[in-house]
Amino acid sequence: MDELLDGLPKLGSAAAAIALFFAALLVLFLIGGRVRGKFQGPVALAVFLGPAVILVTMGLIVPAGRTIYGSFLDANQEEFIGFSNYSWIFETQWGTLTNTILWIVITPIASTGLGLTLALLLDRMKRESVAKSLIFMPMAISFVGASIIWGLMYEYRPPTSEQVGLLSQIVMWFGVEEPPNWILWQPFNNYLLMIIMIWIQVGFAMVVLSAAIKNISSDVVEAAELDGAVGWKLFSRVTIPMIRATLIVVLTTIMIAVLKIFDIVRTMTNGNFGTQVVANEMYAQSFVQFNQGHGNALAVVLFIGVIPLIIYNIIQLRKERAIR
Amino acid sequence: MTALKRRRGAAVLAGGVATLMLLAACSSDSSTDATATDEATATEEATTDVAAGCEAYADYLGNEGASVSIFTSILPPEQGLFEQSWSEFESCTGIDIVYEGSDQFEAQLPTRIAGGNAPDIAFIPQPGLLAKLVADGGPVAAPEGTVSNVDTYWNPAWKSYGTVDGTFYAAPLGSNMKSFVWYSPKTFAANGYTVPTTWDELWALSDQMVADGVKPWCGGIESGGATGWAATDWLEQIMLRMYGGEVYDKWVNHELLFESPEVNAAMDVLAGWMKNPDYVNGGFGNVQTIATTAFQDAGGPILKGECGMLQQASFYANFWTNFQEGATVGPDGDAFAFYLPAIDEGIAPQPVVGGGEFVAAFADRAEVAAVQNYLSSAEFATSKAALGTWVSANSGVPSDTYAEGSIDQLSAQYLTDLGGTFRFDASDLMPAAVGAGAMWTEMTAWFAEDKPTAEVLKAIDAAWPAS
Amino acid sequence: MSVEASEIVILPGPELPEEKSGIKESARRKLSSPWAVVVVVFITVIWTIPTVGLLVTSFRPAADAQNTGWWTFFRNPAVTFSNYAEVITGGTTMGTGIMPYFFNSFAIAIPAAIFPLILASMAAYAIAWVPFKGAVWIFFGIFALQVVPLQMALLPLLQMFNLGWSIGDIPIFPDLNKPGSQQSLLAGTYIPLWIAHTMFALPLAIFLLHNFMAQLPRDLMEAARVDGAGHFLIFRKIVLPLSIPAIASFAIFQFLWVWNDLLVAITFAGGTPDVAPITSYLATIKGSYGAQLHLITAGAFIAIIVPLIVFFSLQRFFVRGLLAGSVKG
Repeated sequence: MDELLDGLPKLGSAAAAIALFFAALLVLFLIGGRVRGKFQGPVALAVFLGPAVILVTMGLIVPAGRTIYGSFLDANQEEFIGFSNYSWIFETQWGTLTNTILWIVITPIASTGLGLTLALLLDRMKRESVAKSLIFMPMAISFVGASIIWGLMYEYRPPTSEQVGLLSQIVMWFGVEEPPNWILWQPFNNYLLMIIMIWIQVGFAMVVLSAAIKNISSDVVEAAELDGAVGWKLFSRVTIPMIRATLIVVLTTIMIAVLKIFDIVRTMTNGNFGTQVVANEMYAQSFVQFNQGHGNALAVVLFIGVIPLIIYNIIQLRKERAIR
Repeated sequence: MTALKRRRGAAVLAGGVATLMLLAACSSDSSTDATATDEATATEEATTDVAAGCEAYADYLGNEGASVSIFTSILPPEQGLFEQSWSEFESCTGIDIVYEGSDQFEAQLPTRIAGGNAPDIAFIPQPGLLAKLVADGGPVAAPEGTVSNVDTYWNPAWKSYGTVDGTFYAAPLGSNMKSFVWYSPKTFAANGYTVPTTWDELWALSDQMVADGVKPWCGGIESGGATGWAATDWLEQIMLRMYGGEVYDKWVNHELLFESPEVNAAMDVLAGWMKNPDYVNGGFGNVQTIATTAFQDAGGPILKGECGMLQQASFYANFWTNFQEGATVGPDGDAFAFYLPAIDEGIAPQPVVGGGEFVAAFADRAEVAAVQNYLSSAEFATSKAALGTWVSANSGVPSDTYAEGSIDQLSAQYLTDLGGTFRFDASDLMPAAVGAGAMWTEMTAWFAEDKPTAEVLKAIDAAWPAS
Repeated sequence: MSVEASEIVILPGPELPEEKSGIKESARRKLSSPWAVVVVVFITVIWTIPTVGLLVTSFRPAADAQNTGWWTFFRNPAVTFSNYAEVITGGTTMGTGIMPYFFNSFAIAIPAAIFPLILASMAAYAIAWVPFKGAVWIFFGIFALQVVPLQMALLPLLQMFNLGWSIGDIPIFPDLNKPGSQQSLLAGTYIPLWIAHTMFALPLAIFLLHNFMAQLPRDLMEAARVDGAGHFLIFRKIVLPLSIPAIASFAIFQFLWVWNDLLVAITFAGGTPDVAPITSYLATIKGSYGAQLHLITAGAFIAIIVPLIVFFSLQRFFVRGLLAGSVKG
């Protein structure tokens, strides 16, 4: 009971902060709303856009600029060393780069593919909400929680003793006498880690794609059916083109999430056993081995890796805007 | 129009209420502060009135109501013993010590210092990290009281680990005796094994266990972000035993390369021990499982009779009750440790690899100095040691503080023996890129992937910072 | 492509009534196949098993949890609540129990969900409906910012909170360092966490809310403007009410994200019971309990119970938030 009472001031300070936030906004709105004439537009712009732009500049743009600059400096960020950090990456970090590429390609495609399959299957079913909720549930679990959950799945014990990891037990039920030590089983351990991310992301892909499928106008579907399009033909000629924009958004979102993911690798293997990825190596270089130069260069490699993706998305967005 | 006006009025009122709420929140904060000060004053009065039991803390008075934050890598269950050990200091001096432990300590501390959110005090286990922090301008020099305590109570070698470029920053705190082998006295007695006292006897015993159908050794080096550190300890034990202190020091300073024949030979010895499929990994499976077994879990099979011995430091005494409720640590108990024997007393008499924490301060306030002085005093070391499973190389701790026949007594005996060859954990002295980086990951790959020794050593050398 | 208001305001959600579906009932029944049901049930079971394993382990006695697989529980059910009792009170191992961290998580996550959503909706409105040069590029720029790795922003932000920022002599953010220490006045409060989470959430929130708001009917805005309403009035009276479903649902998403965050929390709040959230506590017990799976799983389940409750009770809003702006039929 005492603990509950101790918690109240904490919630109170949160409530006070929220109240202050809204009070400040109200004052801004009252003042801004009184402005008339030619200043109306600029004032509105400043009030509406200003806070977000300031916060994003301080929190993301300035750090990004510093990172790019710092990638040309040495470990202590004191001397300019040109592209040495980058040549270090391409000389010693090939394994990390290829693992990251595998993650970026496999995880979004597998998540989206499985999500799309589920969305299509579920679309034809009643009582779909139960299945959807359960498949979507991992999204609500933290990465720390997920790593504990999957630790239980991949736990290794010698074949002679009683099994604690479910995966080992299952393959033994199927007659495998000596299951591998999963986390050490190269290169498949990479895929075992990806499964955790796929487990989390499939629900997201499924729900968004399912909504897009339901949104396809029934006229279109009926017209296609009258033309004799069923099954695969209906799917490839009508469904896919109709939800193409959504598919791109889903793929992009998961890809960005995967690029920055480091929690799963960090908690499951810490990048050992040939499972290192760029985001975790970046954390290790910057914060454990104190080589800011290496860390910054790795971050820049991540940026550059996503730039084509961003440009593609921007082109798509511009097309849509042009239509509008 | 009226409606609109009224609504605005209400909005202003709402804003006012919000401001009032915030003011209320602020004032309630300050009132709690006031209560805290009141309590402190009350304690002070109590001190002057009663004074009983607080005489020892006279030097630290004058900082009532102050608060000192401590950041460490030491997690529960050890955290509780620390808090217990200074509770009297807190109540007598009115200084509130706020303890925070993190398993990401090594990454978090530099981040917070660089960000200007340094703790008042940090317990740093790596002199290499301390040197790095000093280079970045973090720690403040130790106060006079601490300097004189360390000069009085510690071996100069310990002081040198807390000294960077001639300035003394950090007083030693606890000490780990790392040259221990854990075993089960009950199992040994039941099987008629005797504790080995020489290197050869150790391997004879191992072979005896193999003949009896028990894997003699178990090990685990998984430790989250620090996976691999336990393996570096094994290499250090062998390096010190094979070549003695001077070569060990050269190795620490990278005057002796990892690719040298000496280190290669030491790795071969380690391969015949912890990578020997006949010897390991008792209770866990094959050699590779060393890489995936948490160091905290590694000793479990000893109590089940599935493994004979585990090379680990003295602090491992804290873990045995995790495996078995009520497990006892003692010469006749469920678990105990013997000294890992020397290879050749002529090269290195009684070699001991040790570790420890160093108390670095990042603030020069009076209350921080008071805590630093107290932590370096013989009184604190005695009070902490009396709680058990903790050893200090502080010579002011009376030898009867450690329970007779306890692991702590044994540790203290080896740590304070001036005739022995004491060296600090090498990886903790090396630069972070090696000691907290390549050496951990490469040794892990050596066990997990059977990466060839030559490649492992080459990669570690390559990671050594240029400057 | 002109868009009808009714299509926008009601976004498709997974549990919306069947008649919203594009495919007719007859077609649906025709396409249903028993194989599809089998596949869906199979995948659903696989997706649920890992979490069930966690839940089951957390109720098992210590020895059972360490020595036998959790699935043997169903052959040999032995249930204990002592794992939860130990985790909640802290028992002999942990100093404080889990409760202070639990409150911290709420105190961090609720404001950190509200602030960015309000600011993002304002920014999204400005980009979509206040005509100005460069609106498109600001929008694209904000979209592109999603790729900035969080880890790289941590240190500069910490420095700003604690040492202040200035350009030359002009202070941008005040130096809040306490005299005699290297510690900020903000250390040990929730404020740095709220600000950091707000900053990191803005790009995605602005992007999604902009997509949503840009599809609001132009006629409505123009009618209001003809009546003499300024941007502030239009935002408050028209745009905000119409966007509430999208904002609220994205706020739930943000709440879960903040609740589950560990990296930002340990950097800006540290691990003391005063401010650290429950994920930080979970990471600590994972390090401290070592082999004691029964305690780790109990702690983990307490940590994920709030997200799960939020998720299952507010699911349809949560889903809508994800859909806001991302679905175009």
